[in-house]
Amino acid sequence: MKTEDLKNNKDYKYGFTTDVENIRSPKGLSEETIKFISKIKKEPKWMLEWRLKAFNRLKVLKEPNWQKPKYPKINYQDLYYYSAPKSTSEKPKSLDEIDPKILETYKKLGIPLDEQKRLNGIAVDAVFDSVSVATTFKDELTKKGIIFCSISEAIQKHPDLVKKYLGTVIPLSDHYFATLNSAVFTDGSFVYIPPNTKCPMELSTYFRINASETGQFERTLIIADKGSYVSYLEGCTAPMRDENQLHAANVELVALDDAEIKYSTVQNWYPGDEKGVGGIYNFVTKRGACRGNNSKISWTQVETGSAITWKYPSCILQGDNSVGEFYSIAITNNFQKADTGTKMIHLGKNTKSKIISKGISAGNADNMYRGLVDIKNKAINSRNYTQCDSLLMGNKCGAHTIPYIKNNNASSTIEHEATTTKINEEQLYYCNQRGLDQEEAVSLIVNGFCKEVLQQLPMEFAVEAQKLVAISLEGSVG
Amino acid sequence: MLNIKNLEATIDNKHILRGLNLDIKPGEVHAIMGPNGSGKSTLANVLSGKNGYEIKGDIKYNGESLSELSTEERAQKGIFLAFQYPLEIPGVNTNTFLRTSVNSIRKAQGEKELDALTFLKLIKEKASELGIDEKFLSRQLNVGFSGGEKKKNEILQMKLLQPKLSILDETDSGLDIDALRIVADGVNSYKNKNNAFLIITHYQRLLDYIKPDFVHVLSNGKIIKTGNSDLGVQLEKTGYLNIV
Ligand SMILES: Nc1ncnc2c1ncn2[C@@H]1O[C@H](COP(=O)(O)OP(=O)(O)OP(=O)(O)O)[C@@H](O)[C@H]1O
Ligand SMILES: [Mg+2]
Repeated sequence: MKTEDLKNNKDYKYGFTTDVENIRSPKGLSEETIKFISKIKKEPKWMLEWRLKAFNRLKVLKEPNWQKPKYPKINYQDLYYYSAPKSTSEKPKSLDEIDPKILETYKKLGIPLDEQKRLNGIAVDAVFDSVSVATTFKDELTKKGIIFCSISEAIQKHPDLVKKYLGTVIPLSDHYFATLNSAVFTDGSFVYIPPNTKCPMELSTYFRINASETGQFERTLIIADKGSYVSYLEGCTAPMRDENQLHAANVELVALDDAEIKYSTVQNWYPGDEKGVGGIYNFVTKRGACRGNNSKISWTQVETGSAITWKYPSCILQGDNSVGEFYSIAITNNFQKADTGTKMIHLGKNTKSKIISKGISAGNADNMYRGLVDIKNKAINSRNYTQCDSLLMGNKCGAHTIPYIKNNNASSTIEHEATTTKINEEQLYYCNQRGLDQEEAVSLIVNGFCKEVLQQLPMEFAVEAQKLVAISLEGSVG
Repeated sequence: MLNIKNLEATIDNKHILRGLNLDIKPGEVHAIMGPNGSGKSTLANVLSGKNGYEIKGDIKYNGESLSELSTEERAQKGIFLAFQYPLEIPGVNTNTFLRTSVNSIRKAQGEKELDALTFLKLIKEKASELGIDEKFLSRQLNVGFSGGEKKKNEILQMKLLQPKLSILDETDSGLDIDALRIVADGVNSYKNKNNAFLIITHYQRLLDYIKPDFVHVLSNGKIIKTGNSDLGVQLEKTGYLNIV
């Protein structure tokens, strides 16, 4: 098996597989598959109907083809849409019931699910292939009225909240991959923060693709009620395989009056090998609605993995005085391709948005910032500031910036700055002269380049992210 | 400590160093003067191992041939260059940079790395000796520093890294009178019988403070005259025209 050979690839340390027995849906995309998923999750009827509605819409939708990275045609009938470790067909009630192999996997990934080993007070929801296997710190959060659980559990236990908000930010027939997700989503996280509550700890979901030939379609829904605050972190890894795997997630955020959501991602899906074989197709839809006045949504992403990344975390600034922010680092090396950016849709008065994008390309990789700032005519006195910086390492990689700008009222302003620089030989020489080797020097300069974004991450994550930045670029200079 | 024999250096088809000889022993201070474009910075770069030069001749440093060593290995073995034009590195905190640098060198020399707190104490002490405000340490490396501030920052690094051979490339240019004195004091206080200095300068005034054992005149890629500290004084009066 080729997968075995790939294990020799030292650069991606999360590339191991876990040998567990799986329960799988029938192969291929069909009504039968959707019914299977809904049934195994013991979903109420309305949920199944919602899924089937999405499936019907999907039949008339086409895969988008405007994005820069092209990919070979995906055979949707050749994929599994649900795969779960057998041991978790009933969600385990306690950690003792989780297959020790899965606990071991998370330990290897540096995510202890054992609450005794408190992970700096971060509550974790762990998603293994298609199911959530454990959520930590539940009791502590419940006392404050905070709901943090898998979306499957929320559908059963909090159907009113789910019904009220699911699909309100990303409509059912938004675009091909989002609609596909609506039809077949398997698991993901659900968060509800009650009014005037500051979530006392970071909430975090860790996604892991293990099974082969399986797409991962998770769905996350976060609601911050009036005057509340939450900071949410998302991490992801996958084994090294020589086939491409599809990951098409939907994330919806809703911030009501005076609420704030901070959403951070460190995406480290398997990028494929140096020749571009294998790797994850990361086609993700992330969108937040600043529905209330004075609300705020802030996206921070560090994208280092995946063969192809294609995502635009966006903010719909409906409430007056609402604020949207997007801080992004996208690193592409070898044959990786990233087409990423954001959309800021200004609807309310005095709305503000800020976009800071740092793209780094090395090897033969291609990195594209694509963004839309759209200030509608009622969004008077609104402001946007966009800064896109690209850093190139070597001569074979590419960086592109496409900012779409629409301003429909004279009282609003849009500012855009863009730079492209090559990693500077003189700077490297200066660092070398001070005793730093080439890798240390690159890591230092690149981390300096990304600083404004790294600063946005919660402390524990920032340190991890800095290391990840260095690792992703290893061997890319001289 | 340093023995240079018949050194030639060419870059982008420009033959810059053309048969240069120089010997430096521990404890000595050598000054190099010479017209613009004569190859002084090139010599400094070749010694510290900058890429891109085509080199002929031989350089021995403590008996070892330098040609096989990378820039960082030379630095780790105690060669330090204070740059004529120190580089700016945006987003990188000065204190972090200096600590990374000190620890890379300590690690290579088999010494224990310094933790953040110990290092902070050390750097504050060295900074205050040079009259550098602590605020500079938390600024981005050399970004927005004035010309003189950048030069002082180079000397701060020299004092932290404790090199055996310090090459100062026009460190005095751009310094005000007080700063010049502070930098010279910095060099004098660091000077001892085990380390050596190669000081590139255009002006005698630095050599008034740091008394060199030898003054060399570099012209057209060669050392054409060597003398004691009086040579600097003489050059200041007569210029290079008479000897070049
Ligand atoms: N990469 C290069 N390509 C072509 N010519 C070069 C290159 N680098 C240096 N030179 C030339 O080599 C000569 C020596 O340069 P160098 O910087 O060593 O002079 P210097 O003695 O330090 O001068 P200054 O006193 O002005 O600092 C100059 O004429 C310079 O233009
Ligand atoms: Mg010079």
